Amino acid sequence: MLEARSLAAIRGERLVFRDVSFRLAAGGALLLVGPNGAGKSSLIRLLAGLTPPAAGALLWDDQDALDDPPLHATRLVFVGHMDAIKPGLTVADNLGLARRRSRADIVAALATVDLERFADLPARLLSSGQRRRLALSRLALSSAPLWLLDEPTTGLDAASVRRLEANFARHRAGGGMIIAATHLPLDLPGSAGLDLSRAGS
Amino acid sequence: MRAFFALIRRELVLALRHAGDSVASLLFFVIAASLFAFAIGPSEQVLAGIAPGVVWVIALLAALLPLNRLFAADYEDGALDQLMVSGLPASAVAFGKIIGHWLTTGLPLLIIAGPVAIMLRLDDAAVPQLLLTLLPGTILLSLVGGMSAAVTLGARGGTVLLPLIALPLMIPALIFGAAGAVATHPLSEFAMLLGLLALFLPMAPLAAGAALRAAVS
Repeated sequence: MLEARSLAAIRGERLVFRDVSFRLAAGGALLLVGPNGAGKSSLIRLLAGLTPPAAGALLWDDQDALDDPPLHATRLVFVGHMDAIKPGLTVADNLGLARRRSRADIVAALATVDLERFADLPARLLSSGQRRRLALSRLALSSAPLWLLDEPTTGLDAASVRRLEANFARHRAGGGMIIAATHLPLDLPGSAGLDLSRAGS
Repeated sequence: MRAFFALIRRELVLALRHAGDSVASLLFFVIAASLFAFAIGPSEQVLAGIAPGVVWVIALLAALLPLNRLFAADYEDGALDQLMVSGLPASAVAFGKIIGHWLTTGLPLLIIAGPVAIMLRLDDAAVPQLLLTLLPGTILLSLVGGMSAAVTLGARGGTVLLPLIALPLMIPALIFGAAGAVATHPLSEFAMLLGLLALFLPMAPLAAGAALRAAVS
């Protein structure tokens, strides 16, 4: 279980948000909403352990999660607003870059985002929506319970969004957790909402 | 440990696909060395006398060339964020990338330094001693350079800042390396090089890791 206790973030000299608290149990989902600059990305990066919080605590099963960032990292998959794709490599090689994977695993992961036909295409030939889908296919390669997604549906067509929502439902049915920041409507049944526009100073 | 080797493998795969960076620093090494021969003339006495120092200085400059992309490429496309949440400590990420830099730049420079030294009319018998100083030398270059690259990551004008930070830090290694290459009994010079290695081997990855954490936050 993930629990945030009055988290605060400061970027530059500005307080982005404070007193952000929530609990997320296995199978739960949390949707972060708020206008540009409300701190959605900052909160996602904070939850991933990339940014230390200015105040507050993040607990995983009642233990301080940010005490040991490498351990916390094994519990999560982070898909930021940048796709982390190497244009010179093929689509399949991009997925096998971080850790050697079997071809079957890679094709199965690509199939979750309907990219398996492009496995041997250089990634530089992908459109921006396809690049986004390739970044999202990393979710399927990991068995980590917590998915942290920053604007996951940017640039995706309607069919891809529905496929993604189906992947989300499957992950949550297996006890996974999802925290997503988004402007676009995203169908996460039974998800809690967190409006960051009211958490600012 | 598996994740660490996976990171080194990743660096090698990327270096092979984008071979231009490594090849460019090798070509720079050869061309810059031949410029000395052209400028100073083919006199064996003069060239052989300056060859060890020239090889050392040019190796240092050639190793700098790919450094500004060492972390910046991953920083710009978001891959550094992914590395930081790969389950490795930040210092291990930095160390893995430093090892990647040595394998793709330092080691090729070491291999090609022998022929370049002979081109500069260095006595064949003196070449092994020069290479022996360059072995810890290139490792030091990768450590100090990697640390400087991490510190300047995301800074405005980082490309200019990087050599200004890395080169002064390399002066001790340059002094003892170039001296050790020509000394008759180079024991103390080697001891100093190994001492520098003992200093930077733990310090550079730790400092670079802290700098990477600051850069992604």
